[in-house]
Amino acid sequence: MYSFEYQKAGSVADAAKAATGEAKLVAGGMTLIPTLKLRLAQPSKLVDLGGLKDLVGIKAEGGGVTIGAMTTHAAVASSAEVKKAIPALAALAAGIGDPAVRNRGTIGGSVANNDPAADYPAACVALGATIVTSKRKITADDFFKGLFETALEEGEVITAISFPAPEKAAYMKFRNPASRYALVGVFVAKTKGGVRVAVTGAGEGGVFRKKSFEEALGKSFAGSALDGVKVDAKGLNSDIHASADYRAHLIKVMAKRAVDAAK
Amino acid sequence: MGEHAFGQPLTRLEDDALLRGAGRFSDDRRLPNEARAVVLRSPHAHARIASLDATAAMRLPGVLAVLTGEDIAVDGPGPVISEINLPSFPKVRPPPGPVRKPEQPVLAQGRVRFVGEPVAMIVAETEDAARDAAEAIEIDYDVLPAVVDMSKAVSGDTAIWPEAPDNVAFEWHGGDPEATKAAFAKAAHVSRLTVVNNRISGAAVETRIALGVYDGRYTLTTGTQMPHGIKATLARMLKVEPGQVRVISEDVGGSFGLKNSLYVEHALVLWAAKRLGRPVRWVSDRAEAFSSDYAARDNLTTVELAMDADGRFLGLRVDTLAALGAYISPKGLTSPVNNSPAYAGVYRTPAIHVRVRGIFTNTVSTDVYRGAGRPEALYALERTVDAAARETGRDPIALRKLNLIQPSDLPLATPLGLNYDSGHFEQVLDRALAEARHKSYPARRDDSAVRGKLRGFGFAHLCERVAGGWSEGAELRIENGKATVYAGTMANGQGHHTFYAHLVAIKLGLKLEEIGFVQGDTDKIADGHGTGGSASLVLGGSALHGAIEEVIRKAKPQAAERLEAAEVDVEFDDGSFVVAGTDRRLPFSDLVKDLKVSGYHHFKPTNHTYPNGCHVAEVEIDPETGEIAIQRYLVVHDFGVILNPLLLKGQIDGGIAQGLGQALMERIVYGKDGQLLTGSLMDYQLPRAADFPPIDFVSCPTPAPSNPWGVKGCGEAGCAAAPPAVVNAVIDALQPYGVRHLDMPLTPEKVWRAMQGAR
Repeated sequence: MYSFEYQKAGSVADAAKAATGEAKLVAGGMTLIPTLKLRLAQPSKLVDLGGLKDLVGIKAEGGGVTIGAMTTHAAVASSAEVKKAIPALAALAAGIGDPAVRNRGTIGGSVANNDPAADYPAACVALGATIVTSKRKITADDFFKGLFETALEEGEVITAISFPAPEKAAYMKFRNPASRYALVGVFVAKTKGGVRVAVTGAGEGGVFRKKSFEEALGKSFAGSALDGVKVDAKGLNSDIHASADYRAHLIKVMAKRAVDAAK
Repeated sequence: MGEHAFGQPLTRLEDDALLRGAGRFSDDRRLPNEARAVVLRSPHAHARIASLDATAAMRLPGVLAVLTGEDIAVDGPGPVISEINLPSFPKVRPPPGPVRKPEQPVLAQGRVRFVGEPVAMIVAETEDAARDAAEAIEIDYDVLPAVVDMSKAVSGDTAIWPEAPDNVAFEWHGGDPEATKAAFAKAAHVSRLTVVNNRISGAAVETRIALGVYDGRYTLTTGTQMPHGIKATLARMLKVEPGQVRVISEDVGGSFGLKNSLYVEHALVLWAAKRLGRPVRWVSDRAEAFSSDYAARDNLTTVELAMDADGRFLGLRVDTLAALGAYISPKGLTSPVNNSPAYAGVYRTPAIHVRVRGIFTNTVSTDVYRGAGRPEALYALERTVDAAARETGRDPIALRKLNLIQPSDLPLATPLGLNYDSGHFEQVLDRALAEARHKSYPARRDDSAVRGKLRGFGFAHLCERVAGGWSEGAELRIENGKATVYAGTMANGQGHHTFYAHLVAIKLGLKLEEIGFVQGDTDKIADGHGTGGSASLVLGGSALHGAIEEVIRKAKPQAAERLEAAEVDVEFDDGSFVVAGTDRRLPFSDLVKDLKVSGYHHFKPTNHTYPNGCHVAEVEIDPETGEIAIQRYLVVHDFGVILNPLLLKGQIDGGIAQGLGQALMERIVYGKDGQLLTGSLMDYQLPRAADFPPIDFVSCPTPAPSNPWGVKGCGEAGCAAAPPAVVNAVIDALQPYGVRHLDMPLTPEKVWRAMQGAR
């Protein structure tokens, strides 16, 4: 680990002001700390959001839920409000990483990091979530910009994420056998505005919507509706764990399973 | 009978300390004034070092020394040398030619030959200071073409060593080529199968650690299986008498062969400690472990099996390319050839010919790994027998039964020089099929089909040779009212303290807590071979048997005096001295506080032991994803007499988990340019507990005639039998798709793809 300055943020405004230049915000630290230990990042300063109690908590609102950015995966997984409004979101949180990661890692950290194999981006996109920051509100469709890239500007801090409740939803993940991240994760949501399908783990540019699935499922919300829909391997990742072809195949298998499991 | 007996499931004496965090691993030994070493490693698979400049690094705060290949000539250690000569088995024609054994300097000199090769050692006040300095060393590399694929290496387009233009380090033959050729000429059918034995990592939980001290003598603290072997090698490299080197090994967090041999870091920390006059510690991180731990397996083998019209095996021909790495590790010649006799298996194959070529590639060296050649041979053999059965329309069980060695054949001299002395292979196979409920298997297969899954049934039948290749010593000292075992073996997780104490308790009737145990310090243990090859209970336990006998003999005069009897009338029976023909007894435990005697015995076996068994796997495949779920894993095994069923089960379970890991998940992957693509646990898949069902075990013992306890050794059976058992089961499940063979690891994509290809 290279040495760095450490600052514990006293408020969101305080954190936003400090998070400039080579400084980095640290939430749960489940990605950043291992990166630092491997000397793969050299921030000048770490601004710790750990003390911001305002950012912790889950509120049921308008049939959906608003989750504070510093809420842990374990808290989301066990939340009665989330289980009631969006059981698929609670199940997704329960399947992230391992118990240590779920007890330290936060929803804001995961969304801000936008790891292309992370689970939460798929939920945000499929559910049509709104990312609330210190400056504005951003729709999930506008927020995720590619590998580890988001719409966040310098000095902008995520404070909460609002999820409207779908009629039905489910998330199915085929894990990378080594890392246990999503090799392919598909979040399917049937909402008032139509069916939304988001895929994580598979795309070269991170999370993406699968429009051809949305169209087919909009006509008939059943796994078999996807039988005739082709999945192109173009634009999908290919690595030692899975070829693009296999990922393309799994997108369909996982999507069908998600549709059939949706509740 | 005393309190303790064979077959008793004693819990491990080691566990209390380990579970409370009171273990003593190499990194728990801390010395005053320690300096910290970091090794700078080659980022290239093959390159010339055009220039290396450490002046900026040396100026950084806290930096004490930067050692490079150029410093070796001044006062550095000698190179790492392959310690093994190729064995000559009976009827070897042609005899083995010379082995090209290039020496590995402890730090690269002018050229690097694999990603991870040590280029410099930086010693500093702290690890961070040493890492900063490592980044400040300026090196210009002229990158050279690299070769990682053995089939390409033998074409000779890219030679790693001038003395081996075709990258072949040696060619070795075992068995009888002429008799085998004659057998093939008579064959009605020849089955031929080429299999990959995938390169994997030992992946011990405790990474390698070396702590070097020089105080007029060299002392190395490191986790190893063979402290005395490391000591002898270090003395040669450091050019001192063996008495000038001490090696200490305390608790070891797993080894599986990877901490068997000497590594350059052992010599480097001692060299640095002498230069600086301070203790020097080096600790491998996980990424370093993947790039610098000796790797395992990595063979490409073609087996041909000749059968007559009835399916009787007439001959077996084996041709193996074995990857050695860029250098030959100290025991790197062991696995490819030394366990070739395993190709006899449990079958009456009259003629066998094995050809092995050792191949240089731009990768880290391979070395012994759990089983050291037996698992490789068994996998190739048991896959071929299964394939032969399918090709000739025979049931794999019936084909094996037709060819099994029967008890009436024993003792049997196999074509590759072993003398099988015990075992009842057919009984083991029948028991395994019965316990696995083979008869009702079709109903389970149909049930899986209803759920949209493919089910497969597979098994592998093995006979290992264990504990015949070397000898071992043990001492038992009775002093200060306590018995203490001094063992030449070296535990790395198996529970040696427990089994040695158990044996003493059984023979002498002492309480377990009265029995001390010392291992892993070459100053305290006069000589020892160390642990390997499933041999510690067989050899170390048998040495202890002799030591106990000597203690009884030496204690007898005192016992006779206490019993007021003539020495000739005193006998030892069930933990007590007794006056023959009377009820006068003196328990040994009553005598201990007044005794000061010691017994030492060096046990040299007259034959190997032959643990044998049948492993059955039943699997279910999800045809949509290619995922494999193991539904049942059953072992029926003849391990000889069982001392402690808990320790035994630990060895079985651990071995099978490693074997299933190799079969289904694990692989080291190098890119074409020699870059390591599986450099962390994010990319190298290790098995997890939840991946497997509970493993069922049934003992079907015949005592080993070649040692006093009748034990056979159990450490490596699991990792040998699990790969062919589970791969046979998966191929069985894929029969509707006409799949003949898939190479390990059977990843979901590989299985899925095989099903697409068949459609």
